Amino acid sequence: MAKGRFGVHGGQYIPETLMNAVIELETAYDHYKADPAFQRELEALFNDYAGRPSRLYFAAKMTADLGGAKIYLKREDLNHTGAHKINNVLGQALLAKKMGKTRLIAETGAGQHGVATATAAALMGMECVVFMGEEDTRRQALNVYKMRLLGAEVIPVTTGTATLKDACSAAFREWTSRISDTHYCLGSVMGPHPFPTIVRDFQAVISREIKAQLLEKEGRLPDAVLACVGGGSNAMGAFYHFIDEPSVRLIGCEAAGRGVDSFETAATIATGRLGIFHGMKSYFCQDEYGQIAPVYSISAGLDYPGIGPEHAWLHDTGRAEYVPVTDEEAVLAFEYLSRTEGIIPAIESAHALAYAQKLAPTMGREQIIVVNVSGRGDKDCAAIARYRGEDIHE
Amino acid sequence: MSNIARAFDHGKAFIPFITCGDPDLDTTARTVRAMARAGADLIELGIPFSDPTAEGPVIQAANARALSGGATTDQIFALVRDLRRDVTVPMVFMTYANVVFSYGAERFAATCQDIGMDGLILPDVPFEEKEEFAPLCRARGLDFISLIAPTSQARISTIAREAEGFVYVVSSLGVTGVRAQITTDVGAMVKLVKAARDIPCAVGFGISTPEQAKTMSAQADGVIVGSAIVKLCAQYGPESPEPVAEYVAAMTRAVREGGARP
Repeated sequence: MAKGRFGVHGGQYIPETLMNAVIELETAYDHYKADPAFQRELEALFNDYAGRPSRLYFAAKMTADLGGAKIYLKREDLNHTGAHKINNVLGQALLAKKMGKTRLIAETGAGQHGVATATAAALMGMECVVFMGEEDTRRQALNVYKMRLLGAEVIPVTTGTATLKDACSAAFREWTSRISDTHYCLGSVMGPHPFPTIVRDFQAVISREIKAQLLEKEGRLPDAVLACVGGGSNAMGAFYHFIDEPSVRLIGCEAAGRGVDSFETAATIATGRLGIFHGMKSYFCQDEYGQIAPVYSISAGLDYPGIGPEHAWLHDTGRAEYVPVTDEEAVLAFEYLSRTEGIIPAIESAHALAYAQKLAPTMGREQIIVVNVSGRGDKDCAAIARYRGEDIHE
Repeated sequence: MSNIARAFDHGKAFIPFITCGDPDLDTTARTVRAMARAGADLIELGIPFSDPTAEGPVIQAANARALSGGATTDQIFALVRDLRRDVTVPMVFMTYANVVFSYGAERFAATCQDIGMDGLILPDVPFEEKEEFAPLCRARGLDFISLIAPTSQARISTIAREAEGFVYVVSSLGVTGVRAQITTDVGAMVKLVKAARDIPCAVGFGISTPEQAKTMSAQADGVIVGSAIVKLCAQYGPESPEPVAEYVAAMTRAVREGGARP
């Protein structure tokens, strides 16, 4: 069996045309991962350009209001471009540049990964093409403008459900047709090996920082780490350095849309089953014949029918728990954090905050929850206003 | 010798592809019979998948039409069982890994044997992942077809040594679909295959005209055409058997004129 397995999950289920490209990527990554000069260059980009380390903020009002565990927020929303996506993109863009690639392509759902990729391409003088479901270009019009402003070409994808999975398929198709100068900057811990590993390693800075910051503030590990999960890159980054710390609960919050009992959901662990898609074996929402389901979530960034293979494995082994959170719960948390702490979170991150609201009161006051606020919510304001019946436009 | 090897026995082979259930399974049955009568040497039957990542817009649209028409894997098995009452041309399924995995690879292969299929092509299962499917197919007398691409280079020998039935030579970068020109040195790819193993090579991706078919067949053992036929299916719908058969007859003639085996 091929490399890049997490239990039965992962692998390299891609056309032969792309095989040498992923082998070349793996070889280059293994080389630069061990290269101190590359790591120094990346760290400088993280610190001086992206604004790392991101803050670990004690949410005193939220903690007092919920009356249970102490809540810390990992402020990935404060990164340059407003989300955790920049961590992975700076790593991959630097790697691609070292490999002699001059062009980045990417898929995007909410637009955060597309904006981050367009940003890195501008910074490094690379060409950039972003594929985005047409439905999402409407939901996230501001991010489409930002990508164009940054010099990227945005291609609306009209096939299938015209959302993230179709953008991802379009990016794979584009990569198959143009490989020699092009790197596919995949945005999550998914796809064929080595992507799930590369993206996780670049995002692992999140849990490395949480661990050090919390040790400094509290002198101990957290009792639980919460993050939202679509493909699962911010969650993988927030979990990674705690996987070998069995006292730390790892909780991924999936987008249940209108509920796991409805057809309008994107909760893969709750409703999916084992399958093979987008280069990997993992859990997918699908019908009895293996046709991929048209999933739904209010959050364009979590509106994906699968989950990264390492999450699937963490689920199988019981090391991490995965819980569904509905649109309504996420919107309430979006409003709650805005009012309580003066922080407008991304609607994606609001899924994790919603579960923190449920969990904290069940825990003791001496216990600690860290919630990864993976992105900021400016991009969501118009859509949430519409959800609440206010007709505002960006 | 497998049935598939026999398809290349009487000179160059022409291999048409259609998506099952586009626009309905009755049309598919009539079109397959018409293609067999028109001289097709081997027929590729596509089982539709919701997200066919190796396909261009033409075959993507056919997959969508077939699924919205309600075609399922079980119905397609029933279709083949019926076709096999009179159609003797070798036939292979072309679909995506999840369709087979979801059905149960063992159960899928057993059913294929039962209904008289000869092989399976999964474009998203490369050499590195084939052990999950190929041995199950072999046990049921199905050839698991390997693909090589213009980017394969040194991998060609490795792939060819373990290939079964025929080697599917992907003529161009990118996804399926009609191309004005094919610039890859297909002859060189075929030579690398033959140096590793004596197995038929059929070229696909981008071929639509008799001229292209003639040129390609001069460099290989057969020619595969998908998108150009699926376009006819889209254009003529339930009336497509006749125009598809005319096209297949013309292409079969062109392929036969392609010259001696390399």
